[in-house]
Order: sequence, then C-alpha cells, then structure tokens
Amino acid sequence: MSENPLKARLRRAERMRQLKAFGLIAPLLGFLVIAFVVPIVTMMLRSVHDTELSQVWPTVTERMGDWTDRKAVPDEATFAALAADIRASYANNTLATAARRLNYDTRNGRSLLFDTARALPKSADNWTEAVISANERWADPETWGAVKRASGPFTSYFLLAALDRNRTATGKIIAQPPSEALFVDVLKRTFVVGLGVSLLCLVLGYPVAYLLATLPPDRGNLLMILVLLPFWTSLLVRTAAWVVVLQEHGLINNALIWLGIIDQPVRLIYNQIGVYVAMTHILLPFMILPLYSVMKAIPPSYVRAARSLGAPPFTAFVKVYMPQTLPGVGAGGLLVFIMAIGYYITPALVGGAGDQLISYFIAYYTSSSVNWGLASALGAVLLTTTLVLYWIYNKLVGIDGVKLG
Amino acid sequence: MANAAIRTRSERFWTAALWTTSILVFVFLLAPILAIVPLSFSSGQFLTYPIPGFSLRWYADFFTSDKWLHSLWNSLVVGVCATLLATALGTVASLGLVRANFRGKGLIMGLLLSPMIVPLVITAVGFYFFFAPLGLTASYTGLIIAHTALAAPFVVVTVTATLQGFDMNLARASASLGANPTTTFFKVILPLIAPGVASGALFAFATSFDEVVVVLFVAGPEQRTLPREMFSGIRENISPTITAVATILILFSICLLVALELLRRRNARMRGIT
Repeated sequence: MSENPLKARLRRAERMRQLKAFGLIAPLLGFLVIAFVVPIVTMMLRSVHDTELSQVWPTVTERMGDWTDRKAVPDEATFAALAADIRASYANNTLATAARRLNYDTRNGRSLLFDTARALPKSADNWTEAVISANERWADPETWGAVKRASGPFTSYFLLAALDRNRTATGKIIAQPPSEALFVDVLKRTFVVGLGVSLLCLVLGYPVAYLLATLPPDRGNLLMILVLLPFWTSLLVRTAAWVVVLQEHGLINNALIWLGIIDQPVRLIYNQIGVYVAMTHILLPFMILPLYSVMKAIPPSYVRAARSLGAPPFTAFVKVYMPQTLPGVGAGGLLVFIMAIGYYITPALVGGAGDQLISYFIAYYTSSSVNWGLASALGAVLLTTTLVLYWIYNKLVGIDGVKLG
Repeated sequence: MANAAIRTRSERFWTAALWTTSILVFVFLLAPILAIVPLSFSSGQFLTYPIPGFSLRWYADFFTSDKWLHSLWNSLVVGVCATLLATALGTVASLGLVRANFRGKGLIMGLLLSPMIVPLVITAVGFYFFFAPLGLTASYTGLIIAHTALAAPFVVVTVTATLQGFDMNLARASASLGANPTTTFFKVILPLIAPGVASGALFAFATSFDEVVVVLFVAGPEQRTLPREMFSGIRENISPTITAVATILILFSICLLVALELLRRRNARMRGIT
C-alpha cells in the first residue's frame, strides 16, 4: 500500500522534470518555428497557392468553376464577366497584374489583354461575340484554359512548370515544347555537377583521409591543420582566390604559357571548369572529415592479420580495409552532394551563363524576373530532394555529425 | 627472401604514391588561398605575378574607404548580436535537450537543426517573402533575426556534445546543498561547460560573419556586410583591395582555428577533472 503513492510521486516528479526540460527547449523552438519554419512553409505554399489573378478579376475567376466542357469556350455569362473584369481592371490600372499572371502560362498575355481592353465596346448584346471580335484568341479554349489554371486559389501550374510540364484546357498533363523546356535540364545539370563534385572530392579526399588517419597522432594532427585552414576560410575568400588564380592572365595561365605548354591563355573560369574546380575545393573538407573519423576508428589489426596470412599490401587494402571505410564514403559523398546541389554563390561567381544550378533560378525568379510562384515551386523541388537525401544521411550516420567534422 | 624484398618494394611504392597524391591535394587546398596573400602587398594595379613592388596601398584603401569600413562594422554588429542571441537560446535549449526523453524529441531535434540542412537560397527567399510585408527587409532587426536562426543550430550541436560529458551529479549536489536552479546553472554548470559554449559561440559568429546569400535578399544598401561587399567586388571587377580584405579574413580564420583548438583542449582537460 505504501508503494503506490511513492510510485505516483515518482511519476509526477519525472513528468515535472520533462516539463521543465521542454520549458528550456521552448524559447529556441518557438523562435525557430516563427522565424524559420513559418517562412519556409509559407514559401512552399506559394508554389500551390495562387490568388494573383482572382484578386484583380474576382468575377470571371469565380465563374471558371462552372466551366465544365473544356473543349468549347465558356457560356455567355462568363464572357460578360470577363468583359466586366477587363474593363474594371483596365480602369484601375490592375490589368498589368492580370497580364503578368497570364503571361506565365500563355503567349503574349500582355498584348492579348491590352488589345482586348482597348477594342472592347462599352455595352454589347452578345458579350461572347464582342469579346471574340476584340481579340479572336478568346475563341480558343486553350486561352480559357490559361485563365482557368490561373483562377486559384490552388494550382498545380507552378509545380508542373518547374518540371517543364503544363496542362491543356482539358486538364491533361503534357510536356512543354523543347524550345520552352528549361528546368529539367537545369535539374539534370545540378545533379550532374553534384555527382561530379562528389566523385572528385572522393578521389582527392580518400588518400588524404587515409594518410591523416594512419600517421602517428602528432604528425596527423599537424597535417590536419592543412585541411582545416581552408575549411575555416571564408567562402568568398576562396572563391575570390580561384577567380584570381584561374583568370585569363592568372597564375595557372601564366605558368602554362611560361612552361611553353600553351601559347594563348585558356579559358578556365566562367565555364564548367571553374565551377568544378572551385566547388571541389570548397567541399573537399566535407569529404575528408567524415572519411577521416571513420578511418580513425578502424583497428589496424585487420589489415595486419590479412598481411600475415599472405595478402600483398594492395590486396589487403582493397579487400580488407576499403570495405570498412564504406560508411565514411557514403556519409562524405552524400554530404558533399547535398551541399553541392544547393550551392548558389560559387557557381554564380565562377560559372558561365550556361553553368547555373537550380539555386540560381530560384534567386532569379525571386528578384530579377518576379515570378514568386515559380521560384517557390523550384524551391520545393530542391527542398524535397535535400530532405530525402538528409533522411538517408541520417539513417547512415546520424544528424549530429553534420558540418562539425 | 626474394618475396619479402618485392613486398617491401611494392609497399614503398604505395607509400610514395600516397604521399605524392596527398601533397598534391594539400597544394590544391592551400595554394590558391596563399597565392592571394602576396598580391595584396603589390604596388601594381593588376592581380598578376611577378609583383612589381611592395606596398600597403590596398590596405590603406580598405581602411580609408567608408564603403569597406561600414561593411566591416555591419558584419561585426550583426555577427555579435546574432551570436549573443543564438548562444543564449542555444545553450538553454541544449540543457533541456540532454534532460529530455519525451516522445517527439527526435522531431524537435530535427526542427532545431533544420536551418543547417535547408539550402541557403531557400532560406533566403523564405525570409525575403516573410519579412517584406512585416517591413523587416532592409533592416538590421531582420538580418539579425535571420542570422540568429542560421547560427543557433551550431550552438545546439556544440553545447549538447559538451553536456554529454558533463557529470549531472554535480548539478544534483549543488541542488541538494540548497542552490536554486539559476544559481546552479551560473555557479556550477556554466563554468564547467564554458569552453563548449564558447566554441558554439565561435561557430555561430563564423556562420554569420561568412553568410552572404541571406544578406543578398534581406539586407538593404545600408546593411551591406563584408561578404556582401566582396560578392559585388568579385562579380563586377576584382580589384586588389579585395585581396587585402581576403588576407585580413584569412588571418581571422587562423585566429578562429587557434581559438577553437585551445577551447577543445581546455574542454578535454575539464572533462578530465570531473
């Protein structure tokens, strides 16, 4: 009988302890939810949430829900609503907003709307005829399809566009014509660069990690500084260094000319070479550090055993040592790949116009060409890929080891 | 016996190959960074070798330019504020995390570390969309909030790692002797984990001090930081002043590296005592 109250008190004390622990975590958690998670989630919502058109054209966008036969143009009432909305938005200068939104999805949306607005009569008995005579493109169900897709409040348009897909008026998903397709190539390029940089880092990083892990600790730690110094050097310093080294009259070109290997400077920067060299340089420590920590934990006795059983050094290394380093190879490779596909600054500074990765386009559609829906959709593609890869990484090594080596 | 001789010869070959490759990689890692340093002392306009003569004109250029000094000031202000906030929030949260074993702890940990996982460009655009209607773009407040969010995970990772080696009996002893939790924290726990907290703060400061993508989107002309100024410098026309800034920043990273190593040793020593 006397045990039960004690048990209950213990449980209560434990609950209090956990509550206190949560109370300590809460300030940071609250801060990050408000200042980090909410901004990211609202950004992701922008890729499916679309009210740009419905704000300036409230009547016609509402009527689009009743348009069921997608092979024919909508009914007279919808045409009348369109005419009313065009006239109203032309009068209060919001037609440009509608034009911009329709431009994402249809050719010359701007001239379509402004031509229609100028040619539209003040009143008409038959708005269908009046609108079509103002601009005959309104007789095409595909034009209405674009209006329908932009009517909101939710749309798959941006996400499909981020994968070079679009819907027809009837709702079928089709691939964009090759002349307009862009993002699948960008995604492919992003993955190819990510993979290439990961492989280069592995090839360069593996011997170094092996050397550092097998040297006596005092010498190993000393050489480790050579890896850590670039790791801690500012990203922009390293990028600036590569611009200086690789430019037309930079160190490499001058050295090659001096050695008589080339007569004319070779283009080493603002192209693929620059991107691969600079990104490999910046991400190499992220490969070396996980490899090193895995190799450090491998007992040397296994290789010694293999050697004593008659295996030549190379065979012992390949058959006994290398398989034990695979977790490090996986962790380092994934980490470098994840970081490479999200890179923005380095490709922007040392790459050419045709070497930009997906991050560049997210930035471009946010600030230069304002299409926030598309920027968010591209962001959603990148974020999903990153999170899936991190999930795998976490299964492999645990998240705590990230970045700190 | 012949076999043994071959074996040692092939072994010697592999050792030589290993060292050669490693040295080449070390050259690849360090040479470009070191190549920029002598150029900053050049008396010439062009970033090429051989250097025509020695001069400190590019350093003079840096230290007399309002643009560069203002950006350095901005970097320091934002860096220090973000570091203080991130370190305070991160250390307290870490104390909670090591005690917590409730359900959803993994999810919370993932959330707390998410700013280091999400690609920076997404974070930057997210902040931009979120801050614009609140009037926080082109403001110091917005930039400090953003950098605090980015830096806090580094504090959490470092301090939780330090606390793993902390003997909780010391806190219990303090409590049993009548100290309240605040006194226990400041008089017992904090002095012992101070090296870890300081490393976390250094990581946080380095994160903010080197960050440029968020600054590109969130900061206005008034808040341009040093990396932001370097970004435009490299993009437009790389001048020797940039090499002077780069040299100063390389010195800064060497100091950072030394400080972290000293803190790591101190932390190891303190663990030895407890």
